[in-house]
Amino acid sequence: MRILGLDVGSTYIKVALFENERLTLLERDKTSYQPLERCLQYIHKYKPDQVVATGYGRNLINNNFSNCITLSEIKAFAMGAHFIHPKVRTILDIGGQDTKVISLDEKGKVVKFEMNDRCSAGTGRFLEIMCKALGFEIEELNQLDLDEEVKVKISSLCTVFAESEVISLIAQGVPREEILKSIYFAIVYKVVSMLKRITVTEDFIFAGGCSSNKNLKKFLENQLKIRVITLEESPFLGAIGAGIFGISQIKR
Amino acid sequence: MGEDYIKMWENLGIDLENHDCLLKALAEFYQQIYLSQENRPEGMKYFDFVVSEAHGLRIKELLEAKQQGKKVVGVFCVYVPEEMIRAVDGICVGLCAGAQIGFEEAEKVLPKNTCDLIKAFIGFKLTQVCPYTESCDLLIGETTCDGKKKAYEILNKLTQKVYVMEVPHMKTERGKELFLKELFALKNKLEELSQQTMTLERFKEEVKVVNEKRKALMRLEKLRSYDPAPISGLDALLVNQIAFYDDPVRFTQKVNELCDELEERVKKGIGVKPKGTPRILITGCPFALPNWKLHHMIETSGAVVVGEESCIGRRYYHSLVPEDFSSIEEGIKLLAERYLKTPCACFTPNPERIEEIQNMAKELKAQGIVYYSIQFCTPYLFEAYQVESAVDLPFLRIDTNYSTEDIGQLKTRCEAFIETL
Ligand code: SF4
Ligand code: SF4
Repeated sequence: MRILGLDVGSTYIKVALFENERLTLLERDKTSYQPLERCLQYIHKYKPDQVVATGYGRNLINNNFSNCITLSEIKAFAMGAHFIHPKVRTILDIGGQDTKVISLDEKGKVVKFEMNDRCSAGTGRFLEIMCKALGFEIEELNQLDLDEEVKVKISSLCTVFAESEVISLIAQGVPREEILKSIYFAIVYKVVSMLKRITVTEDFIFAGGCSSNKNLKKFLENQLKIRVITLEESPFLGAIGAGIFGISQIKR
Repeated sequence: MGEDYIKMWENLGIDLENHDCLLKALAEFYQQIYLSQENRPEGMKYFDFVVSEAHGLRIKELLEAKQQGKKVVGVFCVYVPEEMIRAVDGICVGLCAGAQIGFEEAEKVLPKNTCDLIKAFIGFKLTQVCPYTESCDLLIGETTCDGKKKAYEILNKLTQKVYVMEVPHMKTERGKELFLKELFALKNKLEELSQQTMTLERFKEEVKVVNEKRKALMRLEKLRSYDPAPISGLDALLVNQIAFYDDPVRFTQKVNELCDELEERVKKGIGVKPKGTPRILITGCPFALPNWKLHHMIETSGAVVVGEESCIGRRYYHSLVPEDFSSIEEGIKLLAERYLKTPCACFTPNPERIEEIQNMAKELKAQGIVYYSIQFCTPYLFEAYQVESAVDLPFLRIDTNYSTEDIGQLKTRCEAFIETL
């Protein structure tokens, strides 16, 4: 029995393949302008018995492919994280266009969650736009070794206003590493305010596309005073969760 | 018939081009959201018909009544007593608007960070698309939230027809006294408008008429407490929205007929969704026609909406006016007491609202509460905190507007919330 979990996000499509309940493959690709075509390619390639879609584009797949079920990203992340790390109690996911925080009970059930609204403040997109303004490539961010002392402050979390703040800091001659730190600080500030609305406990997993950013992780740990776990599978938790959901549905 | 309507709209000063856009959008929306629902009760046919004729037949009725000398009075808030308008042979229509129409125009005269409800009624006026607004002889505003208060000044500039009644912001003895005085002043205003003196007999009749309407809506609400729910939240919402436009006697009869059918459904265990479907209570801002966004989102995410603690909902029919008074003064006093019970967030403090939410959640067997605020609505946004800390059910806050651009994210939140129930 082959089950394909698809997490159709705004930036990446993440794929998890389960064969006889064993996770056998993880893969991802840019979403681009044709998410449906890309997903159908995956489906043709792996010929699953069941497709389970989550993420922003889940209904697009569901509406165009008959053998598909869907679930929300929140539940998918919870199931995926619980599968990989059964002790997980808090999940932070910073994705391309939204940020979510989820608190779970011992059984991995969602107790409470928060998610940003339409505004992109504190999301991956926010980071991407600021990096562009600073002339950093996303790929090179991990090569920087940043200390945690924030010297300048970005006062606005709104992407548009923050970008103009960044530009004016550049004009004032502030080193771009310093500005980058203030951006991390702004993201963490936003995340912490969301986390305050749920219960935060260890084991805390940082997931989603931004979780591979080690400086962001460091800032987060510093603010939260909690150990933050990132997993190799962190970007794929949604797709894995979708697969697990598929397995549980078939068993019923 | 179509021809007749066009002439009628033209005479009302409707901008036909804008109006056409509105009607087309509405019809498409209605098809998508309402007519695609499964297991709808037969009794909804009447309400479908009313929606399809909202700008046609009902307006024709209003204009015919006007020809017989009756006055049409528009209101924006459930603190304005319909009974008094009707007692001088007036017709009361709700003018709150629930669609993103004329916003560009509205934003020229209103601050951008105004709630969509206000933007919509000003936008409707500026683009001349609402035959109800255009039919009115008098528009009654009220001093509830700051946005509305200031918007009425602008609306008056545009129409010269606005009368503002003062609504207190505290339910103290002094507040009650003020409200009572305001109702007497309103009586004078209505008598002057209609050129007739309110009689005790007519007043009593109309108190009864409006009470009967409320009773029918209470009955409808009660039927939603069964599992499986015999009617969808969307359909019940529509009935509540139509309560503000339709002729009350006919409306009451049709709601009661619908309820008879729903009672049969309950007996047979028939529902719109399977037994055990998660049940949601919505609380918050009003849902002016055609604002169906939240209900649609929840009900296409695997749950059923079983009640609205809202002005399109419980705050409209929460209690009756005693009918056994023997003078107009006494009647107005009873009216004032009843209306001031309405737990609107414009009042401070407002603990009655929390009580109401708790009662409704229990009576309707809700499993989760969705707190609905229209963006920039300060009173309801503030109260979310107190409500959330007082209720012990899963709680989801939705702060949104009339646009569709956030539907993807909201849908994810609703689905995830419902999955946790
Ligand atoms: S929410 Fe308050 S101000 Fe608005 S219609 Fe209801 S009672 Fe009136
Ligand atoms: S929704 Fe809120 S801000 Fe808008 S008119 Fe009503 S009370 Fe005022």
